[in-house]
Amino acid sequence: MSEDSTGEGARTAPKHLAAVPEVAPAQSARRDWPLWEVFVRPRRGLSHGHVGSLHAPDAEMAVRNARDLYTRRGEGVSIWVVPSYAITASSPDEKDAFFDPAADKVYRHPTFYSIPDEVQHL
Amino acid sequence: MTACATLPALARYTVGLGDDALVLAQRCGEWITRAPQLEEDVALANIGLDLLGQARTLLTYAGQVEGAGRDEDDLAYLRDERDFLNVQLVELENGDFAVSMARLLVFSAYQRELYDRLHGSADETLAAIAAKAIKEVAYHRDHATEWVLRLGDGTEASHERMQSGLDTVWPYVDELFTTTGRHGTWPQPDLVSSGDAVDPEQLREPAMAYVQQVLDEATLAVPAVSWTATGGRQGIHSLPMGHLLAELQHIHRSHPGASW
Repeated sequence: MSEDSTGEGARTAPKHLAAVPEVAPAQSARRDWPLWEVFVRPRRGLSHGHVGSLHAPDAEMAVRNARDLYTRRGEGVSIWVVPSYAITASSPDEKDAFFDPAADKVYRHPTFYSIPDEVQHL
Repeated sequence: MTACATLPALARYTVGLGDDALVLAQRCGEWITRAPQLEEDVALANIGLDLLGQARTLLTYAGQVEGAGRDEDDLAYLRDERDFLNVQLVELENGDFAVSMARLLVFSAYQRELYDRLHGSADETLAAIAAKAIKEVAYHRDHATEWVLRLGDGTEASHERMQSGLDTVWPYVDELFTTTGRHGTWPQPDLVSSGDAVDPEQLREPAMAYVQQVLDEATLAVPAVSWTATGGRQGIHSLPMGHLLAELQHIHRSHPGASW
């Protein structure tokens, strides 16, 4: 993944994501505002991290609600919001097949190096 | 004659600005648990707390200028209705969500222009208070703008309610920008000429230009008014003010000095 230094550049969606619906499922009532997932970057140089979710009528309002809900105490310098329906998650049923094979491959962990104290975020 | 009529001019000016913020903070707080969504509860609580912060610094400073030993709590909780110098716009009941958004749009457009100029006040304390408040108010204006656009240019029903919200608020708009009304002049002319206070008349054109642009985009019409509110700056208030103050002040008055 390329380093996105501005936090504003949206990359073109790869072809295989075409299956994602382009519009949210129809809203049945006023109280059924769509759900959004919120990602906040704590400061420049770090990645956006998932902090939670919220309801909002559209993307612009979702960013504003995220500002009020998740950056009240100076937690961030940049916010992303993503419609929850656009996220494809791994299935809990596949947990074993997905994650267990990595458990016994110690050689994947760089535990044989000593890391200088000055190196951060590793 | 009210007690506030005897205040030094600078204190009267500062109390007026502080009361605007205090009373609207109370109205914003009333939305908590009643807004259309939990997220909007939080947004309006944030805006209310910003305004409360402005009210605290302004009233504290007004007390210092007065020099009679009154602090922010004395001024907020122990004055009676006739001594509050806020415009009647902020005491207007919340009503429909659209009424509250119409009010917030006009009031934050006014406050944005006010603080922008007060930032250059000859009075260093007022200048510093304004400098801090500018960014807060810019966000309030943005929040109201987003809602007015969505409701005005939304469905037929939302458009109708947004227009009706504007109609409710509009008679109270003029008072924000009026220096001399039927009941007196605020702020005192020397305070404006000395560069301490901002002449409200100066704010009318830029603030209303902003509002007009939002209304145009939201396909809303500027309402015609048959009367305009006046007298808030001289302590003359509308019916909802007494109820608001009762709720705002009763704990402090029932339990003097209580804290937690």
